[in-house]
Amino acid sequence: MLSKLVQRSVQLSATQTARLSSRTTPTSVSGATYDNATVNVVDNIAVIKFNVPGASQNSYTKGLSADFKALVDRVEQDSEIKGVVLMSGKPNSFMAGADINLLKEVKSAAEAEAYTRSGQILLEKLESGGKPVVAAIMGACLGGGLESVLACHYRIAVNDSKTQFALPEVMLGLTPGAGGTQRLPRLISLTNALDMALTGKTIRPKKAKSIGLIDLLVEPLGPGLKPADVTTHAYLEEVAIKTAKDIVAGKLKIERTRPLVERVTNYFLSRRPLLDSVVLRTARDKVLKQTKGNYPAPLKILDVIRAGLTGPRETGFEEEAKAFGELSQTNASAALIGLFNGSTECKKDKYGPARKTENLGVIGAGLMGAGIANVSIDKGINTVLIDTNQEGLDRGLKQIATQLDGSVKRKRYSKPERDAYFARLTPTTSYDKLNKADVVIEAVFEDLGLKHKIIQQLESVVPEHCVIATNTSALPIKDIASAAKRPERVIGMHYFSPVDKMQLLEVIVTDETSKETLAAAAKLGLAQKKLVVVVKDCPGFFAVRALAPTLSEVARLLMEGLSPRDVDRLSTEAGFPVGAATLLDEVGLDVAAHVATFLGKALGPRVQGGNTEMLQDLINLGFKGRKNNAGIYKYNTDKKSKNKKEINEAAIKAVEKYRSQPPTSVSSDEDRKLRILSRFINEATFCLQEGVISSPSDGDVASVFGLGFPPFWGGPFRFIDLYGAEKLVAHMERFSNAYAHEQFAPSQLLADYAKSGKKFYN
Amino acid sequence: MFLFSTNPKPNQMPLSAPNPIMLSRLSRPATRQLSASAATSKKSLAKPGRPNIVFVEGVRTPFVTSGTVFKDLMAVDLQRFALQELVKKTGIAFEDVGHVSCGTVIQEPKTSNIAREAWLTAGFPDTTPCNTVTLACISANVAITQIIGLLNSGYTEAGIAGGVELLSDVPIRYNRKTRSAMLSLQKAKTLPDKLKLGQTILQNLLKPELPAVAEFTSGETMGHSGDRLAAAFNVSRREQDEFAIRSHTLAQEAANKGLLSDIVPVFVPGKKGGTVSADNGIRVGTIEQLSKLKPAFVKPHGTVTAANASFLTDGASAALVTTEDFALKKGYKPKAFLRDFLFVAQDPKDQLLLSPAYVIPKLLDKAGLTLQDVDVFEIHEAFAGQVLANLNALDSDHFCKEHMKRSGKYGRIPIEKLNRWGGSLSIGHPFGATGVRLVSHAANRLHKEGGQIALIAACAAGGHGVGMLVERYPN
Repeated sequence: MLSKLVQRSVQLSATQTARLSSRTTPTSVSGATYDNATVNVVDNIAVIKFNVPGASQNSYTKGLSADFKALVDRVEQDSEIKGVVLMSGKPNSFMAGADINLLKEVKSAAEAEAYTRSGQILLEKLESGGKPVVAAIMGACLGGGLESVLACHYRIAVNDSKTQFALPEVMLGLTPGAGGTQRLPRLISLTNALDMALTGKTIRPKKAKSIGLIDLLVEPLGPGLKPADVTTHAYLEEVAIKTAKDIVAGKLKIERTRPLVERVTNYFLSRRPLLDSVVLRTARDKVLKQTKGNYPAPLKILDVIRAGLTGPRETGFEEEAKAFGELSQTNASAALIGLFNGSTECKKDKYGPARKTENLGVIGAGLMGAGIANVSIDKGINTVLIDTNQEGLDRGLKQIATQLDGSVKRKRYSKPERDAYFARLTPTTSYDKLNKADVVIEAVFEDLGLKHKIIQQLESVVPEHCVIATNTSALPIKDIASAAKRPERVIGMHYFSPVDKMQLLEVIVTDETSKETLAAAAKLGLAQKKLVVVVKDCPGFFAVRALAPTLSEVARLLMEGLSPRDVDRLSTEAGFPVGAATLLDEVGLDVAAHVATFLGKALGPRVQGGNTEMLQDLINLGFKGRKNNAGIYKYNTDKKSKNKKEINEAAIKAVEKYRSQPPTSVSSDEDRKLRILSRFINEATFCLQEGVISSPSDGDVASVFGLGFPPFWGGPFRFIDLYGAEKLVAHMERFSNAYAHEQFAPSQLLADYAKSGKKFYN
Repeated sequence: MFLFSTNPKPNQMPLSAPNPIMLSRLSRPATRQLSASAATSKKSLAKPGRPNIVFVEGVRTPFVTSGTVFKDLMAVDLQRFALQELVKKTGIAFEDVGHVSCGTVIQEPKTSNIAREAWLTAGFPDTTPCNTVTLACISANVAITQIIGLLNSGYTEAGIAGGVELLSDVPIRYNRKTRSAMLSLQKAKTLPDKLKLGQTILQNLLKPELPAVAEFTSGETMGHSGDRLAAAFNVSRREQDEFAIRSHTLAQEAANKGLLSDIVPVFVPGKKGGTVSADNGIRVGTIEQLSKLKPAFVKPHGTVTAANASFLTDGASAALVTTEDFALKKGYKPKAFLRDFLFVAQDPKDQLLLSPAYVIPKLLDKAGLTLQDVDVFEIHEAFAGQVLANLNALDSDHFCKEHMKRSGKYGRIPIEKLNRWGGSLSIGHPFGATGVRLVSHAANRLHKEGGQIALIAACAAGGHGVGMLVERYPN
């Protein structure tokens, strides 16, 4: 490798002399090509372009890192080079950051620390090399990509939708490792820097300019003598070269004067005592409140930012590298990276060719139906929304209009775009409008008779090729399909509420469902930007099935006299985003009872634990949950009131009737959390064992993105790997001794893994 | 880079004056076969079964920089002058004018049907129907094509098309909050309600709404889009500045030689008033002067400046358009046939000003002509960069294949045939009035230069554009 590099640099200097002799004609400037980057010198400005071969996105692969290092050295040594432009050779990707696969190879904290340290040193060299470096950004600029840009002296970005900035390391359980935590708070205000580093949020170019992350925006060009992205990319290069020349010539002075108020506040906030007593403390409190201490990364990030602001420059960088090393070895990081890979997998269209859905029908303008229409129209799909009456339609239209308005407010799209999206929606009470539908999704009540009637009605109007999907959360698809003339065209599409926020889509196939039907449904889901997990038809499919025993355990906790607030606390501490008691209310006690009874019949004693009669009693008292503002909690509808919800004493009284004594051996907080988790996990392994889901990764993605399974565990299967199957099974045995054996008996698969020590992920 | 011929010589035109007898044959369907046998010349553009439509005469007020000599007038005044002068110049009888249509863009709310108000205030008979049309910078073209449509339908034999813009004054509104409070005030019953509304009005009083300069759908100003367009088609700043100088130089020459015969003098009343008889925006600068200017829209790296963009202008125009039969019956000597036209529309963001490139091949194809058949090109100059980008687009294999679905590039418009009397960059561009000016220039140039066929192309907000084919009426 080394000899290869040396050889190349010899070639390089040869071509360089050739260039020097013909410098008067800029077009004949020679380009020295490395494998992963190119360099061209134009008017004494070296234009370095990252370009990882064969990849749609650039990332810091080993090859690119080596090339970049060689290039930085060359820039330093070549006295003819007065300035540098750093950009990408790919018009639509600047740099997506570190290569995640590389992290897999890192086996210890020390190795990871050394890896990131080398990146820091390289960027330090670029920054302090004495030659101005102008970053020219088009396409995603994430993680290590943004950190590289931060080490440049001037930043120019194209103002298009593909260009985005973020430090997403925290979402992978890591800290930015190449100086990001050190340079960012020096460039932009501390509050903005914390926001970016702690949440990993994406910043669009306009915002980046306004917070001072970017110095100059270049508006994208339209199609011209070449395609739009190519002309824009060339234009960006031209502007960047000119800027670099102006900086070299002293014509452009780099001055970043922020508004006075921001400067003054930032001055005090980024220094002690306010730094410690206000900023970092508030940030820490907020992080702890949100993460319950389950995620080490954000706290570490706070520490290293503090180190940079209060100590010598070098210390901050050292601390950052050290923190990166430590975090790379945490379970949370392994889990989050696993989830990232899993969800990437679920975004791929691997279902074969299918007709693209241009015309969609949605039956039922309720919460789900309107939600499905909502996520379709804003992806350019013409959608017919059907309900039985105008009031129902209006309710759905209002829901959609509100969501679209919100997106305009958040600057996701413009008002005219919103209007164009809304125009794609055809609300109607007549089925006749479905005569062009490629897919129809019914989202009506969970009533088999009604669903049968709708399918028959649909089959009389829709074209032959139309896929009929049913958005049921539990009814078996084959039962629904039994009424169909073309059962091979019937499929389940289980969306999660609220549809515009929940990323998961379970696509459920029966034995009869054709390949083309699956491909069409999956393609539609992907077009709606959903994570698609294909599940085999069975009662409850995957998500609801895994949830059933879990909620049963929650009901048992209530019966054991635990207050709903404690149940919520335990489950959020365990890492669920919503407390389990609140979740029951959100789902609806009636729905929960219906599903519990139904799955109780289908799966037998395994889902028992909580008494379904208890739920029935609550329903009989008129407590249905959130939908009628009274369930386990009472909900205050008055918007001004501070107390949004309080415990519904009447409901607690009704639960009293089923009161049981908690067995002391399994009733510590830890045990209670584990009881909830283990029942979820065990059912998930049954699903994998029965082939309901096709891979552990699918199960993990569905659990986290559909049901809020604690992300830092990465999903039930990752949990088993990280926690240890044997240890888990041992605890489950204790639980089964305290309660019923059937409820906690591990699946054969789980038992096998406990015995063999095998892992779901390698 | 191409070279400008700033000193064009009429005798270098590729075609000498066509034989008048042949031309008159060309324009009549009955003699088409004969003309086809005359292989050396161009085909007839007459349409069987439809009347020949002629452009009898076109006039315009001087086009002046906004905020100068016309600044105290209303738009309706300018339009009135144009109509009056047209009537005087042609001597058309009022009872023969079946319809009047005028274009305008930034409407004065008091005269939203400005055609009617101008007609009435001229003291013309109130029995003539008048309407106002709008399509941004090609509004007057819409007025002309409306009259063409009315002639074709048999509704009338003669009509007047015109247009006006007065950017010295634009309607500046209270903002929506204030307006809605003002409207509710009339309905408010109790004192507290009235006070509350009054408070809203006062609070918002100093936040007026200006007429939109940006595209509604994209939020981008035309200058910004033009700058991006120039960059996308590799038009350099220097090329733009040179083209702007060319436009001013040619306009100045044309004015000096008395070629701008469509101008009618306007008497402006008032203390400082007087008769205005020439365009006042023509300014021949040097390349050094122009290259010093800072970009006006895309900062700091843009290329469109105040000097290579058209300026805000006040002015009005009017034209008499009739059937050929009517003209001959009344003893007129028409200037030109209005043979055909096309409107086009495309992406209002990235191709806002690219209509000429789209419409030129389409219109020529429709008429069975090629670039070589056209003797006179009149392309609206919104921005120097925009004109040059359109020329580059037509000469680009990539663009013509990808966006116009042609087999290859269409070809380069010969610069020596283009806008030889200047254009909107130098003469000025009163949005609603420019369309008639383009047709007048095309027709007058055909006679002066001895050409037969002229092509007009213009772009407009909303991603619109128009193309019109004008054929010289035989002498």
